[in-house]
Amino acid sequence: MSLLNFFRRNRSAPVARDRLQVLLAHERALSGRTDLAKVLQQEILAVIAKHIAIDHDKVIIKLDRGSQVSTLEIDIEIPEATLGAAMVRSAAS
Amino acid sequence: MSKVMVVTSGKGGVGKTTSAAALGAALAQAGQNVVVVDFDVGLRNLDLIMGAERRVVFDLVNVVQGDAKLPQALIRDRRVDKLHLLPASQTRDKDALTEPGVGKVIDELREQFDWIICDSPAGIEKGATLAMRFADVAVVVTNPEVSSVRDSDRIIGLLDAKTARAERGETMEKHLLLTRYDAARAARGEMMKVEDVLEILAIPLLGIVAESPDVLTASNVGCPITLHNPASVVARAYDEAARRLLGETIVVTTPSERRSLMSRLFGRRAALA
Repeated sequence: MSLLNFFRRNRSAPVARDRLQVLLAHERALSGRTDLAKVLQQEILAVIAKHIAIDHDKVIIKLDRGSQVSTLEIDIEIPEATLGAAMVRSAAS
Repeated sequence: MSKVMVVTSGKGGVGKTTSAAALGAALAQAGQNVVVVDFDVGLRNLDLIMGAERRVVFDLVNVVQGDAKLPQALIRDRRVDKLHLLPASQTRDKDALTEPGVGKVIDELREQFDWIICDSPAGIEKGATLAMRFADVAVVVTNPEVSSVRDSDRIIGLLDAKTARAERGETMEKHLLLTRYDAARAARGEMMKVEDVLEILAIPLLGIVAESPDVLTASNVGCPITLHNPASVVARAYDEAARRLLGETIVVTTPSERRSLMSRLFGRRAALA
């Protein structure tokens, strides 16, 4: 076993600690309002649905929780026809 | 043809989640489309072991209750293309799962995946019974230790009585995965030998996974052991187990002779490196 291996062997514990700190900070903060993702999804979709028809099955929400910043990615597939119609409507009004 | 495989044990802490993640990753690397489903509602950990804990949005309970569609809840592994995770809910309890609801999700998963690996919670309560309910194959994870073997025996009884397959009068394919095996202690007579456990439980042996510090390292960094350190004894054991599940005939080797010789020469740490 080389010296390098010796150090590498011990390196994973800080990774474990950091991962847990991030995870538990989020889990503790979320207790009580557990369905944040669900609420966000419903409200965002409601806003969009006011203007264009969307298929709820074509909505993908991705989350990446970090220690400093988390990203929420919402991917909504809008059929071209629907979008075109909505634009014409908003231009006319 | 898709297969639903439950990884179960009765007893906690024997290596169910480690094994589910390791076998899932090994099967995916062998080209199979795999999803690993966490049934431990309220105490999920598969997401941590697979390193996806920061990416969980929706979970099994959301899908069962219709709050999210299946594709929205599935998390694709960033290391292996064909590996996916369906996490359990951390905030609900096991009563949030219903049998028809789980059955529907499993049917939907069958359309998409070759292997649906159900990571069972410990115990024999609702979470564990639902995890095994729709299984075609069972991997019973057992440590060479009296309470683990006893609980495995109980689980084998449940697999033969309470699963949908058993109730239809079909046979349930069961495999024993012996984990945390310490060949040196077995050789000294301090631990039950492989043959002892096999004789008691009387189901075919899928593999022997040695007790190893590599398992903790892999869980620290959130990577299935088969991906984290593929050359390790443990990863090779899981990899061979996965290939046996795919129908390959590979003789199960007890990691005894070579290991104990290494141990004698270089000490325990070197032998495990």
